[in-house]
Amino acid sequence: MSAADLALASGMGRGCWAPLLQLAAQEVFDLMLGSALTIPIEPAPEQGLDITAMVGLAGQLCGVVTVRCSEKSAALMAARLLGIAPDQVGPEMWDAMGEICNMVAGNFKNKISGMADGCMLSVPTVITGADYSVHSLADDGALRVTMAFEGAPVIISLQVHS
Amino acid sequence: MDSIRALIVDDSSVMRKIVERSLRQAGISLSQVFEAGNGAEALGALRENKVDLILCDINMPVMDGLEFVKQLATVENAKGVPVVMITTEGSEAHVVQALSAGARGYIRKPFTPDQVKEQVLPVLARKP
Repeated sequence: MSAADLALASGMGRGCWAPLLQLAAQEVFDLMLGSALTIPIEPAPEQGLDITAMVGLAGQLCGVVTVRCSEKSAALMAARLLGIAPDQVGPEMWDAMGEICNMVAGNFKNKISGMADGCMLSVPTVITGADYSVHSLADDGALRVTMAFEGAPVIISLQVHS
Repeated sequence: MDSIRALIVDDSSVMRKIVERSLRQAGISLSQVFEAGNGAEALGALRENKVDLILCDINMPVMDGLEFVKQLATVENAKGVPVVMITTEGSEAHVVQALSAGARGYIRKPFTPDQVKEQVLPVLARKP
């Protein structure tokens, strides 16, 4: 039985994963950026979310974790991560987004009992632009968590292919 | 505590800067900081330079952090230099692997400067 199956069997099914994904992201923003990632009261518009960071999961849990936001938000996240002014952020913005996604994915899998040992992370990939489609082998629809960073939307998703 | 020379090994240049800043925020005075993007680069840097502390990621291309720690014994300059792993890999198996390979400390990302301090200061105090 895989760790994913064990997690499901122990009642920690995928229905419980959304709060864990949310918590994993909030901890990363709190500890590494010194910023709160909040839950928006109203649905956030998705236009202009043209930075997507992706980290693959392989092993007992296979899939991909993505973090999407606007370029302005990505620059602000990089600035907070590096402790510099937003106008000083250059090409390291993509590296910063990849690291944020990597930490969210790692923190998430470490929160699922038995998953930390049997699941490896890929190096991050960052896509610029919003005009793309992802054709994944995921079992079902992605788990999506919409949050707000400084009032702007950040969408964190997990697609699982078990 | 005297100023120390540190080698920071991570394939992300952003993370290398964050680790350096966290060391300074933890009150550790750095006289010199060397950087490497993977284990092989780090071994090369150690052949040319002496350091007092190594902070190393695990998941890196070319040579990962665990292999790097195992190969440290082959570098004269690195003998006795404490290594602290800083990684998103948080499993007990990874911690055991890292400590068995020779690492003296383990920090999980995300981390705070206080967590860096808690792991690094005792390691530096034990330094021969």
